[in-house]
Amino acid sequence: MFDPDKLPVEIVRILDENGNGDEEKLAAFSDEWLLRAYREMRRARVIDERLLRMQRQGRIGTYAPFSGQEAAQIGSALALRKDDWIFPSYREVAVCLMHGMPLEQFFHYVQGRLSGKRMPEGLNIFPTQIIIAAQTLHAVGCAWASKLKGESQVSVAYFGDGATSEGDFHEAMNFAAVYNVPVIFFCQNNQYAISVPYRKQTASRTIAQKALAYGMKGVLVDGNDVLAVYETMKQAVEAARRGEGPMLIEALTYRLGPHTTADDPTKYRRPEEVEAWRTKDPLYRLRVLLKRRGLWTEAQEEALVAQVNDEVTAAYEAAIASKSGSIVDVFDYVYSEAPTLLAEQKEEVMRRKQRSGVR
Amino acid sequence: MAELTMIEAINEAMRQEMERDSRIIVLGEDVGENGGVFRATDGLLEQFGEGRVFDTPLAESGIIGTSIGLAINGMRPIAEIQFLGFVYQAMDQLAAQAARIRFRSAGRFSCPIVVRSPYGGGVRTPELHSDALEALFAHSPGLKVVMPSNPYDAKGLLISAIRDEDPVLFLEPMKLYRAFRMEVPEEPYTIPLGQARVVKEGEDVTILTWGPTVPLVAKLADEMRTKGIDAEVIDLRCLQPLDIDAILASVEKTGRVMIVHEAVKTGGFGAEVAALISERALFALSAPIVRIAGYDTPYPVPSVEDDWLPNAERIVEGIETLLRY
Repeated sequence: MFDPDKLPVEIVRILDENGNGDEEKLAAFSDEWLLRAYREMRRARVIDERLLRMQRQGRIGTYAPFSGQEAAQIGSALALRKDDWIFPSYREVAVCLMHGMPLEQFFHYVQGRLSGKRMPEGLNIFPTQIIIAAQTLHAVGCAWASKLKGESQVSVAYFGDGATSEGDFHEAMNFAAVYNVPVIFFCQNNQYAISVPYRKQTASRTIAQKALAYGMKGVLVDGNDVLAVYETMKQAVEAARRGEGPMLIEALTYRLGPHTTADDPTKYRRPEEVEAWRTKDPLYRLRVLLKRRGLWTEAQEEALVAQVNDEVTAAYEAAIASKSGSIVDVFDYVYSEAPTLLAEQKEEVMRRKQRSGVR
Repeated sequence: MAELTMIEAINEAMRQEMERDSRIIVLGEDVGENGGVFRATDGLLEQFGEGRVFDTPLAESGIIGTSIGLAINGMRPIAEIQFLGFVYQAMDQLAAQAARIRFRSAGRFSCPIVVRSPYGGGVRTPELHSDALEALFAHSPGLKVVMPSNPYDAKGLLISAIRDEDPVLFLEPMKLYRAFRMEVPEEPYTIPLGQARVVKEGEDVTILTWGPTVPLVAKLADEMRTKGIDAEVIDLRCLQPLDIDAILASVEKTGRVMIVHEAVKTGGFGAEVAALISERALFALSAPIVRIAGYDTPYPVPSVEDDWLPNAERIVEGIETLLRY
């Protein structure tokens, strides 16, 4: 008999909540690397907080904040090569920025512009997915293509705990393992799918253990420990590149804010719970370590925050100053060549625009 | 020139295209060793090997979802959904994902996949094997919907679909797979998507149809000539893109229109065609447009399907109604 309660649950952790860790493991990370990881996480936090404020001010549309998940996102993205493929959901802003998406591009997206839909050429980032878990299959197909072509890129599907209840997640895991393709399933278990907590989402103790049923490796990692996430992801990526197939990573983390700017988390979460997770803030623990090593000061912190704030302002202003696109353009993105009836509709819109004198 | 059945023509189209372009792969349930439940993919595994032909796990959403990823990363997948009624399980991946990749990425990515699926009634299948669901997909911007009705068209349209940059749903009438043979050129050829075919020219009435009902309509039109009724029969072949010019030219000529399709009547594609005609050629009409279609029930059980489907009796009655005006 197979008893899930007897399955050992181990979590990969290098840096604990107080910035302490096994010195031998810590030694594997250079000062330069630690500083880079911290700077990227701090940058992401500043951007997230600004975007949230801008939404409240009506300057951008609905937004899904990610504060609390910086270590999971930055740590995993740091382990990727520039030509690897990522398949994000709507919460992976830090991943996309780390993988090279210009901030200005993201402003086009959150302002609801057509230009925000088009990732710059050469950037292997798939468009933001709204349907939960649909992108897991796209990542598997993409990885499958890399394998068939004999190329070495890996594909990463990013998703949350809620996605593991969807059929597509299970079909993706199954296909990936059957065809042994270089794909990584990176689940940020942030404890809630909008308002539904993990215990109501699935009865399995961990998401990582679901990997067993499909015949692939699964790892549970402290998603607020950027070192552990990076190390875990790096091993998964290297294994995939060597042809050892897919892996499921569960990064245990917490979304500090709402699901999106449209919900109120105080309706479904107790303040004590949120406070308890605040003490596990991924930025705090790395900052403590940096300060202890004499690598980081308050002055540097302030300078970084100011610099990122300026960067956000500049990107926002550049986005709103550029041409916003028009209804005429939507007709060009449906088929490689517009069918007659669609072309007629485009002409109708152009005539209307010309009549009213606006482009 | 060889005389082929539709299933042989489809098989030949895939084989020749796979020989031409190494990016083309075939995937689906039972498409490998078994050669497809209707033998559409027969011999492809043998010829192209396990790196090109894949017996997938039994998962419709998985088949189409992975095809999308394969396509955006440079492959040209031909996916098979074993019976069209099973496509509901892949509705999101087809209508909300494949169809919208180009739009969602504002043109950065395209999704050149072909989803082949047998459909249509009259062959006594179990539940959900015969449903005609073309209207669902013609209503999903970004998809092309192609429905051949004979071996020659099947080969030429499938080759066009495979070479197309957009996702194409290629619907194959089960009843016609082996219904008759026809001369089909051995060399690859294409038939442009979005071009209707005039099956039979006529002056008195226009009959617009597609897929499994085309041969029946053509046969009845021939028989009617002896009664002095000269019907024009047009096989639309593609619903998206739609050959509106061919439809209007015929309507202007005859002034009487009947639309015949297997899918249920309400919200069927016949309603769209009728609406287009009323928008663009109302005053050419001498009679209200008649639609002969499946009834508004789920596809019925085998013992009653002959009465449910558009049959000779219903079609002839429809023409007589039209001519009474």
